[in-house]
Amino acid sequence: MAFRSDTLVEESRAAALPRKGAMRRIFDRNIHAYVFLLPWLIGFFGLTLGPALASLYLSFTNYDLLQSPDWVGAANYVRIATADPKFAASMKVTFLYVLLSVPLKLAFALLIAMAFNRGIKGLTLYRAIFYLPSLLGSSVAIAVLWRQLFASDGLVNMALWQLFGYEGPSWISNPNYSLYTLVILSIWQFGSPMIIFLAGLRQIPADMYEAAEIDGASKQRQFFRITLPLLTPVIFFNAVIQTIEAFKAFTPAFIISEGTGGPINSTLFYTLYLYQEAFGFFRMGYASALAWVLVVIISLFTAFSFLSARYWVHYDD
Amino acid sequence: MAGSIVLENIVKRFGALTIIHGIDLQIEAGEFVVFVGPSGCGKSTLLRMIAGLEEISGGELHIDGERVNETAASKRGIAMVFQSYALYPHMSVYKNLAFGLETAGYRKQEVQTRVNRAAETLQITALLDRKPKALSGGQRQRVAIGRAIVREPRIFLFDEPLSNLDAELRVQMRVEIAKLHQTLGSTMIYVTHDQVEAMTMADKIVVLREGRIMQVGRPLDLYNNPANQFVAGFIGSPKMNFLDARLSEKDSSRRTIEVAGQEIVLDRALSTKDDAPLSFGLRPEHLSIAGGGVSLGTWIVQLVEHLGGSTVVYAGKQSGESVTLVLDGQRGVRIGESIPLGFDPSSLHLFGADGQRL
Repeated sequence: MAFRSDTLVEESRAAALPRKGAMRRIFDRNIHAYVFLLPWLIGFFGLTLGPALASLYLSFTNYDLLQSPDWVGAANYVRIATADPKFAASMKVTFLYVLLSVPLKLAFALLIAMAFNRGIKGLTLYRAIFYLPSLLGSSVAIAVLWRQLFASDGLVNMALWQLFGYEGPSWISNPNYSLYTLVILSIWQFGSPMIIFLAGLRQIPADMYEAAEIDGASKQRQFFRITLPLLTPVIFFNAVIQTIEAFKAFTPAFIISEGTGGPINSTLFYTLYLYQEAFGFFRMGYASALAWVLVVIISLFTAFSFLSARYWVHYDD
Repeated sequence: MAGSIVLENIVKRFGALTIIHGIDLQIEAGEFVVFVGPSGCGKSTLLRMIAGLEEISGGELHIDGERVNETAASKRGIAMVFQSYALYPHMSVYKNLAFGLETAGYRKQEVQTRVNRAAETLQITALLDRKPKALSGGQRQRVAIGRAIVREPRIFLFDEPLSNLDAELRVQMRVEIAKLHQTLGSTMIYVTHDQVEAMTMADKIVVLREGRIMQVGRPLDLYNNPANQFVAGFIGSPKMNFLDARLSEKDSSRRTIEVAGQEIVLDRALSTKDDAPLSFGLRPEHLSIAGGGVSLGTWIVQLVEHLGGSTVVYAGKQSGESVTLVLDGQRGVRIGESIPLGFDPSSLHLFGADGQRL
């Protein structure tokens, strides 16, 4: 009630202000809120929206950091679409990475979440341990560790030799395998979707399974007819988030290929190519155009996901 | 086809904690049996053990003479209606009804026939294409019952199926389930904490408390002849009045008791100890104002509820005792008024210190 009274007082005070614009009155009334919002507003306008708009402008210019941007219209975009083989190569690598890593990571996360959902002892500890890779996974240190693991004399090949007598290749130096080591690294970071899956599984009422059990449904049928459909909102959320993350992946490829995207462009992620153009060749305008193309691709994917959701995502209410 | 059920010394333990303490019960084929009791008495656990959803820790469960302790839920010939309905939200009503039949491998034509028949019985044919979220509470409950019906089970199990409905719909569905029992003739076990549901629906009531059966019998047997103070208090609404009583020292024949400052002569001698506390029980509807029968002295009216068809009077004494009366029709009783109370001695219930009927 006190809040309501204060609001009324403020409203009547605001109404009493003569000849002030409506916007001004609203600002006066909400000044305290804006003060608290200020740090975020500075961050948003100064570090997000401002640079984003600047990059949009730069994408229509040639700019090398040393001279003023030179307006070239849509030339950068035309070149991306028609005359840049590395763009196509990086797109191919990135799409392959997204198509492989996202479903595998989600499947693995769901598998672990279902194991945890069976009510094992020490669940909290296991959950924390299994979540750990997600906290460390995209760090430089882990990428370096990954490089050591999959090197020709790395731990993976040592294990293969000891267990099966198989002399493995240098996984990260061989263009046939290098991308897959990055996919495995991505799957290893399953903690975040796993936690969300676990929460989703906990939301499915136990009596749905009991009703199915009385109907004679096998565990397999229960999984495909009850668990998966009821989990579709969570699957949808995880799929969108993980796909966006996969499109944005940079650090592992940068560290493992030492910034080259090699061997033979096999780990040339789109973001890595963008980085090379920006900070390797100082083609800031072209790199900005590449960045905006990625924004469009991710936006289109997200829009398509939301449009398709009505056909396969089941919301309870 | 209806199934008979026999429970022999059924026990349920969760770790060191025993929830059900050796229950013996026989349910005849076609009977409508209601498990009733307060929260935590084990009624739902017992039902789930019969359903096969809960492991039996001890004792034997027989359905139609066959031991089914280890038999899977789907092989027991039962169907269950859950408190939350347990409808699959992503399936249409038709799919919900058909799920069990499709799982059991019935042919499409047979599934369609059975689903349509159940839908007609429950008057939900128009809802078959809808999803559960587009249904009202009562409609969801019908679908849940329909899902049980299509399987044509020997035994129906209901776990507090009406507790999520509003009062009006609850009464309506209560009648419909009773009619359904008459139509199908199947054995039905119904769990509720609502003694009115138990009284109105059951052929046989099983009153449970803390994992033990307090009494088994027909509704009016439990009402008229409760075996103990718990059943006497649980069955009937408003609940039975209990007043502290003891044997009168003045009467060596042990036929006189003192209650609420009155001496009441019984038609039989009591065999309890002289100083043992007794409970004197009278149902609110068996008390009357200045009527015939035995006098219970004068009481002060504390509250009056006019329900139209009846009048509920709450009365007390200076010494702290209080009683509830239900009087027929509309009465002009006023708060603060002194009223003489009386009762028919044949309606008196006496319970010993252990709560058992004397």
